[in-house]
Amino acid sequence: MRRIAIALVILVALAAAPLLLDEYRTTLLLPVFGYSVALLGVNLLFGYGGLVSFGHAMFLAIGAYAAGVATTALELESFEAMLALGVAAALLVAIPVGLLCARYTKIFFGMLTLAFGMLFHSFLFKFYDLTGGDQGMRVRRPTLFGLEFEDLDKTGFLVGPFYWYCLALTALLTLLMWRLVHSPFGLALRAQRDNPRKAEYLGVEVGRTRFVAFLVSAAYGAIGGAMLAVPTGLADPELAYWTHSGTLIFMTLLGGFAHFAGPLLGASTYVLLQDSLMSWTPYWRLVLGAVLALIVLGCPQGLMGLPALLRARLRPALVARTAPAE
Amino acid sequence: MSAPLLEARGVGRRYGDYVALQGVTLEVQPGETVAIVGPNGAGKTTLVNVLTGLLRPSEGQVRFRGADIAGIGPVRLARWGMARAFQLVQVFPELTVAETIAVGALAQMGRGRRMLTSLGADHQLQELVRETAVAFGLENALHRPARELSQGQKKLLDVASAFALRPAVILLDEPTSGVATADKHGIMRTLMEAARLAGVQALLLVEHDIDLVETYASRVVGLRGGQMLADLPVRDFFADAEVTAALVGRRPAKAH
Repeated sequence: MRRIAIALVILVALAAAPLLLDEYRTTLLLPVFGYSVALLGVNLLFGYGGLVSFGHAMFLAIGAYAAGVATTALELESFEAMLALGVAAALLVAIPVGLLCARYTKIFFGMLTLAFGMLFHSFLFKFYDLTGGDQGMRVRRPTLFGLEFEDLDKTGFLVGPFYWYCLALTALLTLLMWRLVHSPFGLALRAQRDNPRKAEYLGVEVGRTRFVAFLVSAAYGAIGGAMLAVPTGLADPELAYWTHSGTLIFMTLLGGFAHFAGPLLGASTYVLLQDSLMSWTPYWRLVLGAVLALIVLGCPQGLMGLPALLRARLRPALVARTAPAE
Repeated sequence: MSAPLLEARGVGRRYGDYVALQGVTLEVQPGETVAIVGPNGAGKTTLVNVLTGLLRPSEGQVRFRGADIAGIGPVRLARWGMARAFQLVQVFPELTVAETIAVGALAQMGRGRRMLTSLGADHQLQELVRETAVAFGLENALHRPARELSQGQKKLLDVASAFALRPAVILLDEPTSGVATADKHGIMRTLMEAARLAGVQALLLVEHDIDLVETYASRVVGLRGGQMLADLPVRDFFADAEVTAALVGRRPAKAH
């Protein structure tokens, strides 16, 4: 009950944000949605499956480029068509890649996904005619449910209909992910993470479970990527670069991979933190690096684990203070 | 005589030139508890691996309920109704007791692949989990993660999750290893009672403790140097001084 209440309060606050915040701050929230969706997928593999992908940015790029291809080459204006195209393309790539990667865990899984991610980045970079090379691809303003919102300028569209659309989509995909991780599939995924041999003897198809998780994760990545590409109007090859995969892992660690809501908190905190740091100092990467080190060392459960950590630290002090004097 | 649940015919297994197992023929009937005994290196583990379809025998055949199970692997083994628990405790550290048992229960119910149904709302599943937990005295720890349990509780949970498969045959590799001597009989009694409740038809035990073998097994299979030296009802086994001496060493004199 408490969880539902918190989720509703956040949902209402986010829904009201465009009415209360200025345009700049509202557009700042847009990448939060895209990253939240992508990170839900990342964390299905990472937190629930114990599989750290260093190439996941590939799927965000696939979503973004699918949006680009949809608007330029195919002349599809509808955002729903972009999403569908992105998911289809992501699955097309994820099926062969996943079949191979799902046999491996730990560093081997990480390195394989990294290799595929880098391959995809070079593909985007080198096949200039198809992908626009380092220029990337333009992503034109889409229609939502067939509505064009002609009377709105670009910013008006982004901070209005597109914002609420992304909020609703994020909420919906969050609910779906909640369902997935609390299903028999989610349990099998966690079981194989903790002890694959035992899981097999209890009838869990370990390879299949990892593979399905990889596909779901890829689809979430592509949706997130399309959501990110519309506000910037660009499918950028840097989206597929391996450091971007690192950023996704950073965000997940920041929020806390052991918690369902960790990725959502991680995405929000990272996006807002990066923005304020960038306006404050050109050495913002340095500060982010220090934050990452602090989290890994001091709070490995991420921000979601902070309350429990503080409680554990403070309790002895409180007990000592309130203990009756002998 | 009814059809055997599990049968091995002339089973052997080589690793290069080394013969780990040779010419083993045995049958396990419903209602039996078969203990596999023998000194270290006798081939007990190899036999168990062959009987559970993990290893393909180099020669001979292994049939479970009439079907050849050579090399079928653990997942299909579980589906077909054979469970196995290992000597070293195998649990899922971050999963709760209820979740651990649910993994086995879901496989048995054929619901392990479902993606959109809620575990909490599956009352049939929760009932099965509860029943299994009660049979192993774990009902008060249902929502505790396995890593927080005591060693004895972990062992029980390990076996409980295998029992949740509702297997026809269960293979237990030294179920009381790592447990204090005083608790061994307690654990064995819990296991035997739970097996009866779960409808397990036959148990295979790999066991070093002669006292446990004598108390709980109905039949003893003795291995030495990869060959089967004895396959006798438990009373006959212990009546034969030569066989017991060769297979389980000198019998400790019981205090009267």
